[in-house]
Amino acid sequence: MLTRLTLRSLGNRRLSVALTVLSIAVAVLLLLGVERLRTETRASFLNTISGTDLIVGARTGSVQLLLSSVFRIGAGSNSVSWDTYETISGHPYVEWAIPLALGDSHRGYRVLGTTPAYFEHLRYGTGRKLHAASGDLRLGTFDAVLGAAVARALGYRVGDALVIAHGTGQGSFATHDNLPFRVAGILAPTGTPVDQTLHVSLEGIEAIHVGWESGVRAGAVPEAAHLHEHELEPSEISAFLLGVKQKMHTFQLQRAINEYSREPLLAILPGVALQELWNLVGVAERALLAVSALVVLTGMIGMMTVILSGLNERRREMAILRSVGARPMHVFGLLIAESGLIGSCGALGGLLLLYGALALLAPVLAAEYGLFIRLGAPSANELRIVAGVVTLAVLMGLLPAWRAYRNSLADGLSIRL
Amino acid sequence: MLLDRVSYTWPGANRPALDDVSLRLDSGERLFIRGGSGTGKTTLISLIGGLLQPAAGRVTVLGQDLAALSAGARDRFRADHIGFVFQMFNLVPYLSVVDNVLLACRFSRRRRDRALGADPSAPDSDRHAQAVRGRHALIEEAERLLARLQLSAAVRARRQVTDLSVGQQQRVAVARALIGGPALIIADEPTSALDASARDGFLELLFEESAAAGAGLLFVSHDEALAAHFPRSLDLRAPDGEDSC
Repeated sequence: MLTRLTLRSLGNRRLSVALTVLSIAVAVLLLLGVERLRTETRASFLNTISGTDLIVGARTGSVQLLLSSVFRIGAGSNSVSWDTYETISGHPYVEWAIPLALGDSHRGYRVLGTTPAYFEHLRYGTGRKLHAASGDLRLGTFDAVLGAAVARALGYRVGDALVIAHGTGQGSFATHDNLPFRVAGILAPTGTPVDQTLHVSLEGIEAIHVGWESGVRAGAVPEAAHLHEHELEPSEISAFLLGVKQKMHTFQLQRAINEYSREPLLAILPGVALQELWNLVGVAERALLAVSALVVLTGMIGMMTVILSGLNERRREMAILRSVGARPMHVFGLLIAESGLIGSCGALGGLLLLYGALALLAPVLAAEYGLFIRLGAPSANELRIVAGVVTLAVLMGLLPAWRAYRNSLADGLSIRL
Repeated sequence: MLLDRVSYTWPGANRPALDDVSLRLDSGERLFIRGGSGTGKTTLISLIGGLLQPAAGRVTVLGQDLAALSAGARDRFRADHIGFVFQMFNLVPYLSVVDNVLLACRFSRRRRDRALGADPSAPDSDRHAQAVRGRHALIEEAERLLARLQLSAAVRARRQVTDLSVGQQQRVAVARALIGGPALIIADEPTSALDASARDGFLELLFEESAAAGAGLLFVSHDEALAAHFPRSLDLRAPDGEDSC
């Protein structure tokens, strides 16, 4: 009975009501968006390093090592010598080792030099293995294995040729165009930075840098036919990933690497480094959440203002309702229903906006930042936020409802306007 | 309906708005109450409607002493048994013509049932069956009343009540007061916003329809001339120097 009246009454003021709903929806979008980004970033990062026991690089900050090696964010400053890599990967505790050589790019995507061990041992998500969507996971000297997103964005198919640029700038003019690579395989999507990466062999990386020892193209660079004249064993790599035979040995191995005497090294447990990262950004996250919550509150105050300011001109309407037998509690309920309805529409609208925004932005976030945001069902936390917003709206509705209740008690049937 | 030596003073006022007023209205009867501003008209209506409680004396409607009812029960009693027509602004602006009439049935089960021609004493299961075809039958009843009040089909179908003329609005209000057959119609200056020719037509319709419904009519106005239309009239006199409503 009351909901019908409420709907009609709101319909009568549809412009101001629609704007109020919109302002709440945008605020809710902000709050849900921050929450979704926060949890999805964590899940996405955690997915990426599942199965890796230790990350080893030159001595630096553990968060920096984690970001540069696994997430290709920022630049790893120092490198690890190939000798050291060989020594440590031969350690009896080590099950497998994956070398990572970063530094070059192809049309904005990172090029990673590695070995076939990468496809063999890297795990993502819940222990899932990489596999090819087309072609082979083969790393001959001039083979390239493309991440799913790279292949899709740049339109590469197996057999296509590509040229790698020196450095990681988007518009790098220094290209290794003397030695083109051939697409050997394309990986199935993983939802990790692997999708954004071109994988080549360490020998390939070495080969394209012959004649580039000073960092620029200096003098003669070889053609593919003459490469056999050059030693293609790499001299250094950016970092490497380790898997241990027995988890209980992880800490011992970590200590051994950190105390390695011939080169200053840092070995990190990815989970611990991630935790460190989250502690670092936690303050910013909480600040963002707080600001978003305040924006929601602002929207609610706006709603309260709209309802309150309409009350005076609606006193007549209330008196008519009273004359046909509405109790003051009915008037109270009518206004609570109004704010509850506005709040619900705003919260649901925010949820819809969130999914719309995610659908639009998820590809951009994945391509630009390597953040993989899933379009999954709302989490318990998000539902709690939605429920909280509706509750808040009802609570905020108490004040106008109370005023209308008082008015209708005082006014009775008389319409003194 | 009976008022027995009723007095009421508004909070903060130093003189009573109503002082020792007695009146009686039998079922089906018409009574004219003459009173200008400040004579306690609104107070009187609020007392009969059960919105106010007299400081002294007793208000009895249909044999029910209103003081014996709780505030909520008085609201229900008003919904069930009294129809109101005010001077102007009788209609809820965001409801259609028909929905404005049906408003009276929203808050009163009894008037809803009676508007449906249902027997309120019938068992619940029968009443439920009636309720199923209810909304449609209610609209028909509202239409019937509106047609009796000489509102054309075009007017009855209006979704917006705000562009009706005042005379049309007043007739919609009468239809609302009449639907579901309340025992008492209280009309508070319903004609003062109408011109003379519209006024006489309106009164005629009001009398006819309330008589047809068997409802008592309590008509309050400052306009002496209208008293001639009523078999009985009563003066409300302003307490000296008091200028309250």
